[in-house]
Amino acid sequence: MNSGKTITLAIMDAPYESANSTTALRLIHTALSQGNHVNVFAYEGAVNLTMKAQQPHPNPVKGTSVEEEAHPTTKDWIASLFALAEKNNVKLDWINCGLCVDERGAGDWIDGPRRGGPKELYEVSQSSDVTLVIPTK
Amino acid sequence: MKILNIVETAYRATLEEQDDTILWLSHALKNAGADITLLLRANAVNYAVKGQNAGGLTFGSLQQEHPPQLDKDLEAMSEKGVPVYLVEEDMLARGLSDGNLITGITKINLESLPAFIDQYDQIWHW
Amino acid sequence: MKYLFIESRDPFESTDTQFFSDLVKGVKKLGRETTLFLVQNSVLSTRKGAKYNDQIAQLAQSGVTVLADGFSLKERGIDHLVEGIEVSNMDQLVQLLLEPETKAIWH
Repeated sequence: MNSGKTITLAIMDAPYESANSTTALRLIHTALSQGNHVNVFAYEGAVNLTMKAQQPHPNPVKGTSVEEEAHPTTKDWIASLFALAEKNNVKLDWINCGLCVDERGAGDWIDGPRRGGPKELYEVSQSSDVTLVIPTK
Repeated sequence: MKILNIVETAYRATLEEQDDTILWLSHALKNAGADITLLLRANAVNYAVKGQNAGGLTFGSLQQEHPPQLDKDLEAMSEKGVPVYLVEEDMLARGLSDGNLITGITKINLESLPAFIDQYDQIWHW
Repeated sequence: MKYLFIESRDPFESTDTQFFSDLVKGVKKLGRETTLFLVQNSVLSTRKGAKYNDQIAQLAQSGVTVLADGFSLKERGIDHLVEGIEVSNMDQLVQLLLEPETKAIWH
């Protein structure tokens, strides 16, 4: 199952703002499913993707309750990606840019991610088979 | 590993950050030992214009004390050994000429861009 | 050396897609194996009859492998594509990313 290969992604978009975030999560899901290791460098607004305080909400337009709506949170999707990595015996190394976290007050995150910076991006990129930057606009 | 950082987006939250986040990242990567080159394209070519002044903002009683100095940031990176290029057509399209630019910038035209990027192991387009 | 270009923008909203398209063509002219993967709103120009069909068709005719993310197509109800485009998926994108000596560039 473990391919021994590693993909590094650098992402920047905040949750609920861009299709880029969803595409990045789809890529991570597929890469882990294929047995690859994945590094993520979450830069700027992307550090909010893993914030623990995210909560699903009801949808008053559709008239659905919180339970009925089952609104996605990016932190739950990412927690599920960590579980997938564990199940497939591969590593998901999620690095939240520390300074980006500080300026956003986004330090309370789910289990899994670690704090880092440009040095860590450089290190994981050097040991990866490929690095893909998905910037914001 | 030779990395080419291509910067396209300009003035995105630079006043809040007091930096351009990708110029800053490039500088930090250089400090971490990366072999990094910078290419400014699209609106980001304006970062190489000398005399930018983002000072003077006040919010309530709070004054911004250290506004971004993007031209100075580029000069600092250049002095540290980061080669800085910009796309000539993008510069001309914005009414800029050589006299508007800080020193240490190398121009490259669009026709030669494919061969230029081909020299690098990683191309990070921000 | 191989190139994998990933286009997420569409020419209706972003004139910068022309820059990216020219870069893809230029790299192909260098003799590099070149793939363009269309995702998100970039697939809006692949629907047969869309204004920018030619831009995509020219890339395919120049020898660039042009792939379109099947989910992005399905999400937008696109089922008739201009010729020269293959429907693809995330599985293939990951495999392409991990091909040895691949340079991946997102736009």
